[in-house]
Amino acid sequence: MESDILVVDDSAAIRKILQRVLRQTGMAIRTIYEAGDGQEALERLKAGKVDLVLLDINMPKMDGLQLLASIRASTQWRDIPVVMITTEGGEAKVGEAVKLGAAGYVRKPFTTDQIKEKLTGILEPVLPL
Amino acid sequence: MNLPDLIIDSIGRSTANVFSTMLGVQIYSGEVTIEHGTPDANDGVLSFIGVAGAWTGTGSLTCSPALACRMCSRMLMTEFAAVDEEVLDAVAELTNMIIGNVKSDLEQHLGPLGLSIPTVVFGRNFKTKSAGSTEWIVVRFPWEEEVLLVKLCLAPKEEAAHAIPHAAVQACALEV
Repeated sequence: MESDILVVDDSAAIRKILQRVLRQTGMAIRTIYEAGDGQEALERLKAGKVDLVLLDINMPKMDGLQLLASIRASTQWRDIPVVMITTEGGEAKVGEAVKLGAAGYVRKPFTTDQIKEKLTGILEPVLPL
Repeated sequence: MNLPDLIIDSIGRSTANVFSTMLGVQIYSGEVTIEHGTPDANDGVLSFIGVAGAWTGTGSLTCSPALACRMCSRMLMTEFAAVDEEVLDAVAELTNMIIGNVKSDLEQHLGPLGLSIPTVVFGRNFKTKSAGSTEWIVVRFPWEEEVLLVKLCLAPKEEAAHAIPHAAVQACALEV
């Protein structure tokens, strides 16, 4: 089954890079949605099916940890896996994200292989014809 | 290793890592200097990000418009001939990653530190000024006849109560 992914990052450059990297992973991906902050992400989640969220921590308006808490508090979205993608390597922020239920963590800068490794087991690979 | 050496070492590794991973470019640190007080007027692109905690300060990237376009072109695999929103956004994200990784290195020695959202300035003949008396560590990264400057000033909180710089335009309007 193909998955729909939501990429949440205030940097348009990172969203564009993740679009490319996700397509290179060989995972079965249908649509990659984008949001520039937590508020936009909530609007996207309300609009329809999302199978995975890739989430930055440091963002304006509503940061990644606040959004993660909102997702986990929602009966509708609490089972959606959320992978943090951020420069925050500090134990405090990472620990808080894990405590809030993040499924994983990738530190910027990242490679395609690091993203693929983190998503293996969460998304299905494309089946060979 | 003392703090300035730790910072210089960390800036070198972090910048090389970010360039190699995100741009596919091998870059090496060159000359390192210490700047005191108000630096000379800037031309081009300046991106800065605040560091806060028991130690506070600012990290920044400075480069020419041509180098900013080249970095963005490599990062996004699209050609950019002039500085626009996408180029400024890419420079901001590079600042976030480079200084963010330096911050993570320094946290092992200085305790938890926070990072602000980066700000980017693009223009000609503008000056920056730190309200506090701060010392900037400046590491130069030569790349294809251009130079990227990565700077960091950091001091214990009580010594740097007003160390976050603000860009003051002196001679022309900002172009963003």
